[in-house]
Amino acid sequence: MSVKVYIPTPYRKITGNRTFVDAEGIDVTGVLRDLDQRFPGFGELVFDQEQELFEHVNVYVNNHEITSLQGAATRVADGDELAVIPAIAGGAGSAMTPEMVERYSRHLIMDQVGPLGQRKLIDGKVLAVGAGGLGSPVLVYLAAAGVGTIGIADFDVVDRSNLQRQIIHGTSDIGRMKVESAQDRILNMNPNINVITHTSPLTSDNAMEIIPEYDVIINGADNFATRYLVNDAAFLAEKILVDGSIFLFEGQVTTFFPGEGCYRCLYPSPPPPGMVPSCSEAGVLGVLPGTVGAIQATEAIKVLLEEGDPLKNRLLLYDALAMDFRTVKIRRDPACPLCGDAPSVTELIDYEEFCGSPFHEGPVAAAGD
Amino acid sequence: MAVEVRVPSMLQKFTDGEKKVQLDSANVGELLHTLETAYPGIGHQLLEDGQLRRFVNIYLNDEDIRFLDGMATALSDGDVLAILPALAGGRR
Repeated sequence: MSVKVYIPTPYRKITGNRTFVDAEGIDVTGVLRDLDQRFPGFGELVFDQEQELFEHVNVYVNNHEITSLQGAATRVADGDELAVIPAIAGGAGSAMTPEMVERYSRHLIMDQVGPLGQRKLIDGKVLAVGAGGLGSPVLVYLAAAGVGTIGIADFDVVDRSNLQRQIIHGTSDIGRMKVESAQDRILNMNPNINVITHTSPLTSDNAMEIIPEYDVIINGADNFATRYLVNDAAFLAEKILVDGSIFLFEGQVTTFFPGEGCYRCLYPSPPPPGMVPSCSEAGVLGVLPGTVGAIQATEAIKVLLEEGDPLKNRLLLYDALAMDFRTVKIRRDPACPLCGDAPSVTELIDYEEFCGSPFHEGPVAAAGD
Repeated sequence: MAVEVRVPSMLQKFTDGEKKVQLDSANVGELLHTLETAYPGIGHQLLEDGQLRRFVNIYLNDEDIRFLDGMATALSDGDVLAILPALAGGRR
């Protein structure tokens, strides 16, 4: 039987850097022995001295882990795809346990995810800025999907008025730090993940210590100062930024790739204070951030999987009242002070001054809203 | 040229709650003045010293007018113009 085998990065030095190789055999053991013939040394990577598969090596046939099939004796057919996935040192990179294989089974059987995609999610590091309306569905879905390292940045505490939309928190969480409530919720959802909490407000002083630690940043900030700060820090740290914002019945979502446009290209300056009301002043339909946040989570997962078409150079506009989704084109502005041809913003600035407004809503936040 | 203008919820207080208004103008700049004439007060939200405010984008069909001819961008019958201000909301 002629099959195709996916070779993970650590083994590619043996296969001449080839990601996929052809092999023959009637079962998994046969295929792996054939690979050892074709690429001498391969056998030592996957078989122990008793010629059994190492326990730290998982083999998948058509995205099914072989322990759930017939193990190394699992028969293969012409055209089957095998993947040989070793554990990688470090917590998030360890081999999938049977619990994880069951938990992620709906992903593992998908062509577009499969064990390799799930591995990318497990190795992925995503920061959610804000554990509120947008952060709630973002965090729950990222955790459920198995994104291995999830950061939560929020300095606020849970207020009763949050519970109309912030579904990550519950009534018993009122008064708790949002990051703690959110951390409990997502670790209960999925104990396999690593959660990092950031309880200090993001500022120009700490953003470049936090944001570079992640692959993807999800912006669910409630004010323009933080929105521009996160935009600038994500660009300077060369991180992908999934931006989302909501108002009344409307949402906007886009994904910025470093150097291909940023929030400043879209909106060069924030509105003067008071001109654009905030959600706490004007209101927001409770389910709206659910839809918009779920789209942001979808974008982050697609980016980690390297699958599909992200909202790159597109702004998605969602109107819940009309139930209308549209996209408009956005692009890098060569005159952008951050990512343009002659940038004037080369490090983080004073965003409260730039926006003429504080990072949070002053007295309301101070009162612990 | 008869065009449809989509008004964001933030500005619908100026249009008596209307999400879409029909106007007749030759280009974007002229249309914004026609809009102000029809709905007094909305112009100040969009323009400053005759220029589009920097937190407001206007899309002709799906293209940002900044990357067309700006305020001079010509309009055709049936065009759809969308006004999109920056939104801040999310966390709270």
